[in-house]
Amino acid sequence: MTTAAHAESHGPHRNYVGIWGILTVLLLISVTGPLLGIRTVTLITAFGVALIKAYLVAKNFMHLDIERPIVHFMLAVVLTLMVLLYAGLAPDVQKSEGSHWKKSAGFHYVSEQARGKAETESEHGSPPDRK
Amino acid sequence: MSVRTIATTRSAAGLPTGRLAVWWVLVSEIVIFGGVLVSYVMHRLGHPEWAAEAAHTNMWAGGFNTLVLLTSSLSAVLAHQAAEGGDGPKAARLLRLTALGGLIFLTVKSFEWTHEIREGFTIQAGGFWSYYYTAAGLHAFHVLAGAVIMLFIAADAAKNRDLHRVENIGIYWHFVDIVWIFLFPLLYIAK
Repeated sequence: MTTAAHAESHGPHRNYVGIWGILTVLLLISVTGPLLGIRTVTLITAFGVALIKAYLVAKNFMHLDIERPIVHFMLAVVLTLMVLLYAGLAPDVQKSEGSHWKKSAGFHYVSEQARGKAETESEHGSPPDRK
Repeated sequence: MSVRTIATTRSAAGLPTGRLAVWWVLVSEIVIFGGVLVSYVMHRLGHPEWAAEAAHTNMWAGGFNTLVLLTSSLSAVLAHQAAEGGDGPKAARLLRLTALGGLIFLTVKSFEWTHEIREGFTIQAGGFWSYYYTAAGLHAFHVLAGAVIMLFIAADAAKNRDLHRVENIGIYWHFVDIVWIFLFPLLYIAK
């Protein structure tokens, strides 16, 4: 692609310094918001503002708003995978117990069946070595 | 005889192959960083006591580094604008300024980590610190790699060669910026 054609492909003139100014103001909000000590305000100013900042960078600096559809498709696929990853694993990681299991200290959980077996073995000595 | 790479001469899927390749790299990076961040969020929500650990991170250092990366993103996009105008030397200067931003970011991070490690907060100090060093370390590696590549591209751009690469490295740099935009509140603000 020639330089001239390239320039044409990037749409209208953008005020990059102005966008940087908005990003800086948003950064100040995300830093000062949590100083109030109110949980809801912290969540909004930290994570809500982060989403807005990411949107502004992607749209204006990466020119995602005028990028080809295939790029949007690629991004949509991987972001969907991230949501699926969270949805699939979060219940096990974040819950402390389920129908047939309870977490022990630390990150690991043991099933009720394994816990009962371990207690029986400790009462009757060590289990025989498996061959 | 100069040799032109396929990335500079072919346009697949409606956009130059070089730029398409950068996007492919980035979507794979999203899986890598996304996996780490999603995993961190899950464990953080499952362990409210990690808030006490997160209280030891330096929010002001993290905030300053965010400003540095946002500013370096500005210089990267201005370099792209200069390259579009055919002004290679100006694009090269702005790319070097962007790389300098990366260097400042890494310098601040190294001071920050030195202080934390001296305080006993090593990667083995607990779950929070494992995620902290893994996520921030992986990100810092990307900053370093981007800055080094940027200097090579700047050397060519200064001679008005391969100016399309200025945009490609810029897209990568903005992605690294976006990753930090999410890492900052997760590791430094949520206490």
